[in-house]
Amino acid sequence: MRSSRPGPVILILATAVALFLLMPLVAVVPVSFTPARFLSMPTGTLSLRHYQALIENPAWAESILLSLRIGILSSFIATLLATLFGLGIWMYQPRFSALLIGFVLLPLIVPPVVSAMTLYFLMTALSAFNNWIGYDTWIGVALAHAVMITPFAVVLILVSLYQVDRRIDLAARGLGANLATRAFRVIVPNIRFGIATAALLSFVLSWEEIGVTLFITSINAITLPRLMWMGLRDNIDPAIAAISVLLIIVTALILGVRMIVERRRPNDAQ
Amino acid sequence: MIAKPSGKFLLLAPLLLFLGLAYAVPFLGVVRWSFTLPEPGIGQYKAVFSDPLVRSVFLRTLRICLIVTVASLLAAYAIAYVWVRGTRTQRMLAEFCILVPFWISVLTRAFGWLALLSNRGLINTWLQAAGIIGSPLALARNELGVIIGMTHFLIPFAVFPIASAMRSIDERVLLAARGMGASRSRIFWTVFVPLTYGGLIGAALIVFVFALGFFVTPAILGGGRSVMVAELVYLRIFQSPDWGLGAAISVILVLFIAALLALMRRFIKPAHLIG
Repeated sequence: MRSSRPGPVILILATAVALFLLMPLVAVVPVSFTPARFLSMPTGTLSLRHYQALIENPAWAESILLSLRIGILSSFIATLLATLFGLGIWMYQPRFSALLIGFVLLPLIVPPVVSAMTLYFLMTALSAFNNWIGYDTWIGVALAHAVMITPFAVVLILVSLYQVDRRIDLAARGLGANLATRAFRVIVPNIRFGIATAALLSFVLSWEEIGVTLFITSINAITLPRLMWMGLRDNIDPAIAAISVLLIIVTALILGVRMIVERRRPNDAQ
Repeated sequence: MIAKPSGKFLLLAPLLLFLGLAYAVPFLGVVRWSFTLPEPGIGQYKAVFSDPLVRSVFLRTLRICLIVTVASLLAAYAIAYVWVRGTRTQRMLAEFCILVPFWISVLTRAFGWLALLSNRGLINTWLQAAGIIGSPLALARNELGVIIGMTHFLIPFAVFPIASAMRSIDERVLLAARGMGASRSRIFWTVFVPLTYGGLIGAALIVFVFALGFFVTPAILGGGRSVMVAELVYLRIFQSPDWGLGAAISVILVLFIAALLALMRRFIKPAHLIG
């Protein structure tokens, strides 16, 4: 198989990089147990007061529920649109595919601060017409997140579509299946793992989104990252460490599940 | 008579319409702001190029982005090598170390660096306890902190294109080099590394472009002292409401990135953008 395994030099370098990558994630753990009211290392005694604060201060629970709601709606929109788009690209291979894909990837490539201004413009314009969708509303945030996370969903779905054997679709067409049958009963079942991954990961991205959220919310739609940002900017609140530890555990679990599922389905997606 | 919409249209149109209406059209609105706020004309663009403060922010941004790009590429190359060519266990460990930080919130990661680098953070506490330093080192809330935090954020983005280039190397080329008596280091430097140049350039572009437009990590780890261009936009909008200048800087950023990507587009593959 491989002619040469990594030598000692590169293994040492890679270990250093791995430690660098994990270091800040590990560092939040001791800080979250500090008995002090400011960001500091615990010396001697440990305390759970910052975890307690997460439970006692209703702002945390409210923002978690809000972020869940926004994440579910926006990842649903993103996954649905990305799946349809991916199917269109894969089944018809339109002449300007590269251009179309480039266009839908724009929110990923354009600097976040520019996307944030753009979506602020959109939200204030929508607010002029209604109270439900627009600046500082949860549906507005969900829509803005959908814009930002759709490119990720598109890439994930295209990657898994490119691994589907075209002859399956040809066979279905030869047997007289119409478009809907080909798309949803033949192709979609073959990329269901890719679609599930896209939904899960776009949820995570919405759940964590801060750049755009900062611009389009003020006092009503305080998502979890927005609340964390507020605690990070002024006086650093160690409750941020406690919530960070919980978030790291949840993310690691989601990724772990994804890796296990992937290992069990080696032929589908990625 | 209405023609029945084709399947192609039905599948492609929803997303294109959604992004057209929710992204492309509002972006034109931002472009209009840059020419109309606070008064019509190209005054804001003139201000961007003549204001010494804005110019120094642009220069600092370029400097930080270049340092961060080089640092991320070097780090990514080492860990990508192990991820692609290591033993089974090494590959899994490398994958874990790349993907977990990638999927963890940028806020959590920036906070983690504050916990390590700030005056009462892990590193300063330990160094002081060990008696190595008397007063805390200034590691965060300055340019150093920004560079560390951004490099950490961008390493995974650099890993994906590099790893993909490494995976597509034909093993027989390396075997041939060995068969002709080349040493390990000679194979690495004269055969392996040149075959990954495409991936390296793609990685450099992605990292550089992302670094240019990034404002969350610099805002937290720079502590307002080491402002980069994206943070300047944010500050202009929220602290000294100056939407026109923010919009003009945004337009310039987008044009710059578009030109960069147009020049180098053959090095970018969409699948490289995510894990």
